[in-house]
Amino acid sequence: MSLDQDLPLLSVKNLSHFYGQQLGCKNVNFDLYPGEVLAIVGESGSGKTTLLNCLSTQIIPTDGAVYYRNRKGQSDNLYEMNEAQQRILLRTDWGFVRQHPRDGLRMNVSAGANVGERLMALGDRHYGKIRDTALDWLEKVEIQADRIDDAPRTFSGGMQQRLQIARNLVTNPRLVFMDEPTGGLDVSVQARLLDLIRRLVSELGLSIIIVTHDLAVARLLSDRIMVMKDGEVIEQGLTDQVLDDPHQAYTQLLVSSILHVGS
Amino acid sequence: MSLDQLTNAAPAYNFAYLDEQTKRMIRRAILKGIAVPGYQVPFAAREMPMPYGWGTGGVQVTASVLGESDILKVIDQGADDTTNAVSIRNFFAKTANVELTTHTKEATVIQTRHRIPEEELQAHQTLVYQVPIPEPLRFLEPRETETRKMHALSEYGLIHVKLYEDIATHGHIATTYAYPVMVEGRYVMDPSPTPKFDNPKMHKSKALQLFGAGREKRIYALPPYTDVVSLDFEDHPFTIQEWPDTKCAMCGAEGVYFDEVILDDAGNNMFVCSDSDYCETRQSEGHLGPLNADYKERMQ
Repeated sequence: MSLDQDLPLLSVKNLSHFYGQQLGCKNVNFDLYPGEVLAIVGESGSGKTTLLNCLSTQIIPTDGAVYYRNRKGQSDNLYEMNEAQQRILLRTDWGFVRQHPRDGLRMNVSAGANVGERLMALGDRHYGKIRDTALDWLEKVEIQADRIDDAPRTFSGGMQQRLQIARNLVTNPRLVFMDEPTGGLDVSVQARLLDLIRRLVSELGLSIIIVTHDLAVARLLSDRIMVMKDGEVIEQGLTDQVLDDPHQAYTQLLVSSILHVGS
Repeated sequence: MSLDQLTNAAPAYNFAYLDEQTKRMIRRAILKGIAVPGYQVPFAAREMPMPYGWGTGGVQVTASVLGESDILKVIDQGADDTTNAVSIRNFFAKTANVELTTHTKEATVIQTRHRIPEEELQAHQTLVYQVPIPEPLRFLEPRETETRKMHALSEYGLIHVKLYEDIATHGHIATTYAYPVMVEGRYVMDPSPTPKFDNPKMHKSKALQLFGAGREKRIYALPPYTDVVSLDFEDHPFTIQEWPDTKCAMCGAEGVYFDEVILDDAGNNMFVCSDSDYCETRQSEGHLGPLNADYKERMQ
């Protein structure tokens, strides 16, 4: 087990993606270790989401490889797997929390069914057990049990986002991708959501790759940070190090443009 | 040729309306469907001289499998004498000139809208279903590209989400028709809007079962003796509709699929067999229900 912890869960080698002539991201290299939270920051259009979509096999990149170490300890190139294997990974070993809950949830089926969907996809055929698991997870993400049969469209934005997290974590994934999970939420709701994510990460030992343009989110959640500009990674390192002592001019600009309220 | 001959000549239809090339194309789709049970085969459905929703898919399949010696029966909700059945039967009477029947036993091809006859089908018979929406995952996943991928990869978690929702809202699986089935452990199939009462009859049926969806341009099939299992949960197993203590008012049959007929505006009703041929056959054999005119006679 200790040996496993020392080996990267995800290993990204020279990843580049072009949309025709248009650059998406270029020459990205990094390793992600089990239990680690990596934040990818940068302005809009800097290639963060392209990178996340490549990593989660939603886009097949133009060049490069990503090795993922599965539960058996084998490291496979994601882009050499067939589509069936990729999709199985995406709904068992991985999670994907999207910026807009409507992209990540089924808005017209109940919260319970949203949480239970992955279990049923894995072959769970016992209604009572599926429901118990769903209730358990709703409690973990602080949604009242009596909302289990309500459709997510009747939920507030923060609740929808928490439901999305529950839906993704129900299969005990090892790696979760998050694309601006706090975008569009007001600050107090954001704070609660971040608290929740932090708690779940430490309880479950999740690895997370989180894309955000909000440096405060990055500082709160992540162990390591990667700054992107114009499709390239210009700076990476420990979060505190990068944010307290930014080397690149762009990172300095980014850090200095955070609004400070009060003293 | 004189003018009156030209104008009086009857319009020449090919046998069973469709031209031979079209039938060939449809038969190919049917054969592929039989080879891969439960798989929806796309085909180039033609415009038929009837509106979509009236069974254009079923009619094309019937037209393609019909031979001159076939005996055709058409039912609509189990009955031989309702609009859809009558119009399709007349259509084939005009264009194919095959023998027509209302007796399930005599028929070699039966086109049906949403019922399987009560009488067990035999190996020489073919049952043709009219299908409005062939995709069982459609209402949960609107994208065709995605549902095709889900079929290809056998990703069927979603269909149980629908059943889960039923139990969560109604306390039991409330889907009563178009009840999804698993075919040969591989493809999830929509058995067309037949009542779930008929699902068990599809399982290991001796007859060939063909499904045609005209608007959606899909054909699928169940070859004889195919495994057809209705999906369910371990703690909420599949059940069919039951009418305890109910007998057909006309023929006294029990354990069949019933139609409820409202008799007056005071709330009186009666239940009769939905399968009209089954009911008539029983009556001719002397089985009478309490509301049958002959029954009262016999009682006196």
